[in-house]
Amino acid sequence: MMLLPCPWCGPRSATEFRFCGEAGEAGARPDPATATPEQWRRYLYLHANPRGWSTESWYHGSGCRRYFTAERHTLTNEVRSTTAAGGAP
Amino acid sequence: MFATSNGNGHRRNGNGTRPRGYSAWDLVRHGITGSDWPRAWREHDLRDHYDVVIIGGGVHGLAAAHYLAQNHGITDVAVLDRSWIGGGGSGRNTSILRSNYLTPDGVRFYDRSVKLYEHLAADLNFNVMFSQRGHLTLAHNDASLRTMRWRTEVNKLQGVDSEVIDADEVKKLVPYLDTSSDTRYPILGALYHPPGGIVRHDAVVWGYARAADAHGVHIHQKTEVTGIDVERGRVTGVQTSRGRIATGTVLNATAGWSSLISDMAGVAMPVQTFPLQAAVTEPVKPFLDTVVVSGTLHVYVSQTDRGELVFGASVDPFASYSIRGSLEFSEGIAGHVLELMPALSRMRLLRQWAGLCDMTPDYSPIMGPTEVEGFYVDVGWGTYGFKAGPVSGEAMADCIAAGRPPEIISAFGLDRFLAGRLVGEKGAAAVGH
Repeated sequence: MMLLPCPWCGPRSATEFRFCGEAGEAGARPDPATATPEQWRRYLYLHANPRGWSTESWYHGSGCRRYFTAERHTLTNEVRSTTAAGGAP
Repeated sequence: MFATSNGNGHRRNGNGTRPRGYSAWDLVRHGITGSDWPRAWREHDLRDHYDVVIIGGGVHGLAAAHYLAQNHGITDVAVLDRSWIGGGGSGRNTSILRSNYLTPDGVRFYDRSVKLYEHLAADLNFNVMFSQRGHLTLAHNDASLRTMRWRTEVNKLQGVDSEVIDADEVKKLVPYLDTSSDTRYPILGALYHPPGGIVRHDAVVWGYARAADAHGVHIHQKTEVTGIDVERGRVTGVQTSRGRIATGTVLNATAGWSSLISDMAGVAMPVQTFPLQAAVTEPVKPFLDTVVVSGTLHVYVSQTDRGELVFGASVDPFASYSIRGSLEFSEGIAGHVLELMPALSRMRLLRQWAGLCDMTPDYSPIMGPTEVEGFYVDVGWGTYGFKAGPVSGEAMADCIAAGRPPEIISAFGLDRFLAGRLVGEKGAAAVGH
C-alpha cells in the first residue's frame, strides 16, 4: 500500500486521493481571448512526463477534501515533501 | 535520402537469405536426436553506421524492421533495446486482439492488424497461436448499450463483424457469467466481435525477430540509447551505451520511454506514462472460450491455452514509471471478476505484474514524421499497442521508405494536436472511463 502524507490528515492510503497533474506555472491556463493555437496545444496536451522528481497537485477526496502540492519520484513513488498551499486545478 | 544504393537506395546486410523454415520433419528429427535447435536470431557487433536505427525491440520495432526489409528491401537496419526484446509492453499486455473501435480511422487501422495476424503464423513460419475465439464487451447500463450500437454500425460500415446481443445470448456464449438481475451491475447485453481473440505475445515478438534477422537486420539487445544527435533540424546519429551510430533515420518505437526518447531529439510528445496492472491465476480446465470485457467493472478476462485466467484492468490512477504491483489492484480485480463469475471464488492468483502505458489525450497513437527530419515516431500506444503491432510495423516501414505517412495512418500524425483533429477513441480503447 502506498501512503501519501496529507498536510492536514497525515499519512493516508493513496487510494483516498485524486491525482491532478503537474502543479504551478507549467499547468497555468492561458487567456482564451489572446492565446495562440500553439499556446493552447501546450496548455492542453504538452505536459512534463518526468522519470524522476515531479511537483504535482493532489486532492484528498476521501478525507479533508483539500488540495495540496507534493513532490513525488515517479519511478519509486517516494514522496519527498508536501505543502498545504497547493494550487486549485 | 539514403547514402548508398542497391537499386532502391538502400544497402543490404549480408546475403538476406532465409534460414530453413521450421517443419514437422524438423520436430521429429530434433525429438529423436535430442539435438539443439538453431538460434532464432543472431548477435552482431554494433556497427558505426546503419541506414535506419529503430529504438525499441518490441513487436512494433521488430515488425517495422521486418517489413522494411521484406516490403522495401531496406535491410541495413539496427533494432536497439535497452534490455531484452519483448521485455516491455510486448511481453506485459494481456494479448487481446480486436478491431471493433469507434472511429472509421481506428476501425480500418485495427482491422488491417487483425487481418495481418490471421496470416502471421504462415508468413513468419512461427506459430503465434492466434485463437479467434470471439470478444464480448459487456454493457451494464443504457449509456454503454448506446455507445455499442454506435460502434457496431461504424464497424459494419468498415466490413468488420460486430453486433450487439442481449443478455440471453451472452449467457449462451459464456454460461459461467452471472447474468441475473440481482447483481450490483446487471448485464444488459454485449458488443459481440467474433474475429477478436488472443495470441501468444512472446511468439509474435520472436517470430518477427527471427524473420527480420533472416533478412539481415541487426538486433542489439542490452543496448541503451543515451542521446540522439540532431544537426540543423535533421537526425545525424544515435548515442548508445555501446558507442555512437551514424544514421539519417531513427524510429522511436518505445513504450514507457517514448517521451524520454523523443525529448533527446527535441520533440515534445503529448504523452503521460501510467502503469497498467494485470494478473494471472493458476491453470484450470478449459471453461471460457471467449474474451470477456467489462468497462463498468474495469476488467477483462480470458483463458489461455494453458488454462490460466488472465485478468487486466484500467491504468493506475496516477502517472508513474513504477512497475511494482499493488495490493489495491489485486483486491479490486478479484472483487470485479467475482461480480462477473461468482463460481471463481476459490481460484488463486499466481502472479501480478505491471506494464507502462503512454497515454495520449485522445486514446489514439502518434505515428509518422516529426519536425526533426529523419526522426519518426510510432508511440503513444496507451493500452492498445500490442494488437496494432503488425499494421504499425507495415505502415511505419511504408512511411520511412517513402518519407511520408501512408493513408492508413494519416489521421494519427503528431500535427493533429495543433490542428485540433483528434481521433477520439476513449469510448472503445479503454476500460477505465
